Amino acid sequence: MAAMAVALRGLGGRFRWRTQAVAGGVRGAARGAAAAQLGRKVAVVDYVEPSPQGTRWGLGGTCVNVGCIPKKLMHQAALLGGLIQDAPHYGWEVAQPVPHDWRKMAEAVQNHVKSLNWGHRVQLQDRKVKYFNIKASFVDEHTVCGVAKGGKEILLSADHIIIATGGRPRYPTHIEGALEYGITSDDIFWLKESPGKTLVVGASYVALECAGFLTGIGLDTTVMIRSIPLRGFDQQMSSMVIEHMASHGTQFLRGCAPSRVRRLPDGHLQVTWEDCTTGKEDTGTFDTVLWAIGRVPDTRSLNLEKAGVDTSPDTQKILVDSREGTSVPHIYAIGDVVEGRPELTPTAIMAGRLLVQRLFGGSSDLMDYDNVPTTVFTPLEYGCVGLSEEEAVARHGQEHVEVYHAHYKPLEFTVAGRDASQCYVKMVCLREPPQLVLGLHFLGPNAGEVTQGFALGIKCGASYAQVMRTVGIHPTCSEEVVKLRISKRSGLDPTVTGC
Amino acid sequence: VEQSPPQSPGPGKAGDAPNRRSGHVRGARVLSPPGRRARLSSPGPSSSSEAREELRRRLRGLIERSRVMIFSKSYCPHSTRVKELFSSLGVECNVLELDQVDDGAKVQEVLSEITNQKTVPNVFVNKVHVGGCDQTFQAYQSGLLQKLLQEDSAYDYDLIIVGGGSGGLSCAKEAAILGKKVMVLDFVVPSPQGTSWGLGGTCVNVGCIPKKLMHQAALLGQALCDSRKFGWEYNQQVKHNWETMTKAIQNHISSLNWGYRLSLREKAVAYVNSYGEFVEHHKIKATNKKGQETYYTAAQFVIATGERPRYLGIQGDKEYCITSDDLFSLPYCPGKTLVVGASYVALECAGFLAGFGLDVTVMVRSILLRGFDQEMAEKVGSYMEQHGVKFLRKFIPVMIQQLEKGSPGKLKVLAKSTEGTETIEGVYNTVLLAIGRDSCTRKMGLEKIGVKINEKSGKIPVNDVEQTSVPYVYAVGDVSEGKPELTPVAIQSGKLLARRLFGASLEKCDYINVPTTVFTPLEYGCCGLAEEKAIEVYKKENLEIYHTLFWPLEWTVAGRENNTCYAKIICNKLDHDRVIGFHILGPNAGEVTQGFAAAMKCGLTKQLLDDTIGIHPTCGEVFTTLEITKSSGLDITQKGCG
Repeated sequence: MAAMAVALRGLGGRFRWRTQAVAGGVRGAARGAAAAQLGRKVAVVDYVEPSPQGTRWGLGGTCVNVGCIPKKLMHQAALLGGLIQDAPHYGWEVAQPVPHDWRKMAEAVQNHVKSLNWGHRVQLQDRKVKYFNIKASFVDEHTVCGVAKGGKEILLSADHIIIATGGRPRYPTHIEGALEYGITSDDIFWLKESPGKTLVVGASYVALECAGFLTGIGLDTTVMIRSIPLRGFDQQMSSMVIEHMASHGTQFLRGCAPSRVRRLPDGHLQVTWEDCTTGKEDTGTFDTVLWAIGRVPDTRSLNLEKAGVDTSPDTQKILVDSREGTSVPHIYAIGDVVEGRPELTPTAIMAGRLLVQRLFGGSSDLMDYDNVPTTVFTPLEYGCVGLSEEEAVARHGQEHVEVYHAHYKPLEFTVAGRDASQCYVKMVCLREPPQLVLGLHFLGPNAGEVTQGFALGIKCGASYAQVMRTVGIHPTCSEEVVKLRISKRSGLDPTVTGC
Repeated sequence: VEQSPPQSPGPGKAGDAPNRRSGHVRGARVLSPPGRRARLSSPGPSSSSEAREELRRRLRGLIERSRVMIFSKSYCPHSTRVKELFSSLGVECNVLELDQVDDGAKVQEVLSEITNQKTVPNVFVNKVHVGGCDQTFQAYQSGLLQKLLQEDSAYDYDLIIVGGGSGGLSCAKEAAILGKKVMVLDFVVPSPQGTSWGLGGTCVNVGCIPKKLMHQAALLGQALCDSRKFGWEYNQQVKHNWETMTKAIQNHISSLNWGYRLSLREKAVAYVNSYGEFVEHHKIKATNKKGQETYYTAAQFVIATGERPRYLGIQGDKEYCITSDDLFSLPYCPGKTLVVGASYVALECAGFLAGFGLDVTVMVRSILLRGFDQEMAEKVGSYMEQHGVKFLRKFIPVMIQQLEKGSPGKLKVLAKSTEGTETIEGVYNTVLLAIGRDSCTRKMGLEKIGVKINEKSGKIPVNDVEQTSVPYVYAVGDVSEGKPELTPVAIQSGKLLARRLFGASLEKCDYINVPTTVFTPLEYGCCGLAEEKAIEVYKKENLEIYHTLFWPLEWTVAGRENNTCYAKIICNKLDHDRVIGFHILGPNAGEVTQGFAAAMKCGLTKQLLDDTIGIHPTCGEVFTTLEITKSSGLDITQKGCG
């Protein structure tokens, strides 16, 4: 999708804009709204190209429609499934097992997303941002063009243009049947019927999150991973995430790559894959195949070459400087479409807001892409901020890094009789006093909530000693962070016992 | 004895050399806003701190090796008196004249850190800090000094801790790790209803742990309702079974009791299930359940006996009412319950009882959650009210009568208005008193050894190194006066105390910006100052308060109310908009608050909040996008979504 901020006088379907932008989604909306608040005439141009399976959605971009929001809600549905199983231990007389109705959940989630779409439109209207639901591409460096539903061609010109078209899931088009029979995260949240027995291909956080909630609502789910899970994340944590999922019913096919997908006469999908080490082929039958092997930026249809905007030849992402400026001075790019940025909603929102403040608000604040906290909403959530252990060691050397860690048991797990083998926290610090905190990694319930505040601490330049001086909140999981006493180097048992 | 020279600040105990550095740090702790202290204390040049460590080790060495060690000044008349006293007893002393050594001033600083005594003479006998001139003479008159001199570490233990709760156990374990011979005396006097429990103190047995678990049980009831909206299907009316829950929780607590005993045993700490009562200096009588008495002596003592729920002192209260001491192990469902009080204990208990579907009324004398931010407190209360808890404001019970015996029985409560003459009557199955807690200090012989208590509250006043009026007796946890009554605080102060007493540490417990969370149905987490307190300290015009209502994503689909969860920060405009108060009302408030508390320790400012990227979609992220100030009066209600 694309959102643009432009303003001035319209002449028979042709507009001139003082500010020019092509962008979409959350970042587009944020930027547009912010620019409009600063007294500019702004237009947002947004269009959702239907997925190969025909799924389409409204204003708001990936996060709202096919990302964070529906993902977290389905994750919540799965968590509730776990809580229903806990409930009898706590005295609630619920007959088990409790069945789950996909249609009911999906409808509720989709209704919420639609209300958000509407909210975004109202917000743009309130702030007098013109919204065009058209697919736009560049005509020249100040003009974009698109065709409206009635076939009318619209030309928009602007002083500044911001590109925020985001990315879309990648299809492994070289695999026979991938495009015809596979779905992606663009489709899963909008399925009317349960996906049934599902094969998730990929090891990205999208893959693991989807597999996690599918398992959680009772579906037979398999994840096929070619190499390592959660590339770019701390690998010890990543493997514990997988371990937890495996012990809670998700099946894993490690070191395997799919080679073809065929539809059987009974409608099931037969997937053939190859074991990358032995070279042996194997097959399995599924109701749904979900590709979650990465995302590609939505830049190809923008005719960027007509405006002279440079992209990376490898990734097709747009190249920008620290001010989010592209190779064309008045064209900017923010969000997932940009090369080398964390692909996260709040990052995109903040980058958009800061950009507009620089453009029109007289500000010079640059976006700080360091220490961006994030959370992977797998069944056991993984929250992190700062450096992974590997990265810390690579940057500072093993001998200069001290890692404090603990295995803990959330209080709520005890009465429920849950296994807490993977509830784990580690803090990566410099070894030299005052032991600056480089990274925090937390695996456990409510990891997102736990991580947020500590991200602030790390931004403030927290030292290990300062974190240890913080009094815990009892009984919570987050207090384990301020009680970390055992270093990995000591070799002592990091299992928390007692209270 | 000569008058002291004019350049000396005087002979009085007020101190012959005011300790500048120490005075400054103390001042900063009181006067500077939260977070500041961490900066002040951030490490200076490491060489000077190493030198300081070295000096401290040297002093400890002197103290450990000397039968009597006197830090003195050659011109000080009080020092002279003390030296003369020991000389008259025929005891040889080690004396360091601080005015005759190069680093005398530094020695005095370090001494003041070790003993919290700034003046000389500073006297140690057999490693025990006796104090200054007056204390030494008092000890001489009471016979303590002679005892100290005789009993050359002839005590049974290095440390006896009275009270096996969070503070006592953490202190015991740490002291044992440092190689000391330690005993813990723990004895639970049964409640008037006869409830008693095992090792671990309030938190584990009748506090945080069972409370949070019952809160979780109530949250699960809510989760069950939510889950239908998320596609989970079950039609039957789900009932809650009190006995099943309580049994599961008590099983968990038993395992914790056992765990504590085990860990004391592993660390070779002697655990005695007896009631401790001081009989003379350094000597305590331990009385067990059967009434058998045993006597133990120790060089030092820590009092960590905590508190117990208060009773009203009206007709029928002890006979028929229960308290939090009884509730968590109640063998039957309490039924229709009246909760008396508005403390966090009262509101938490009322919250989870209502969560199980019970008919719950809270009788409040004046305000909710005294000491907490009142805007937040009222929001906590109104959420409870909207979820079925009834509030009777401005009433106090005057009489409790039993109508029927049973499990539960039936009680008639007569209450009168605090404002007029109006009286009301109500019938309940259970009356739970949660009107406050009293410390357990009056029946442990403290007067025999001269440990002062606050006569009104019964609490023990301590200095900033947890020392009582008797130098070898310390107090940690809820029993100590003016300290936050929280488990993690007790644990931290107990542990740090042991490290100061027996280890190479000087670190004092930092009681500033202690975060906490009230586990009411909608949780309330906070750190730093309440709005009222901030206004009182900094003046309204110097504060900027940012706030917003928010709607947790999980609540949207569940169809739970919008514009209920609330976030607020209080910033000091005179200090770079430093965050001096943090308040959140919403799900998982405890988990959210902890990290922000750590950030406040590091000097969190509004700018840093703005510069930090949120984690999406969470509740905690709301603090990274706070835009509306309270002073602007702008609307903070959320219309629609996102």
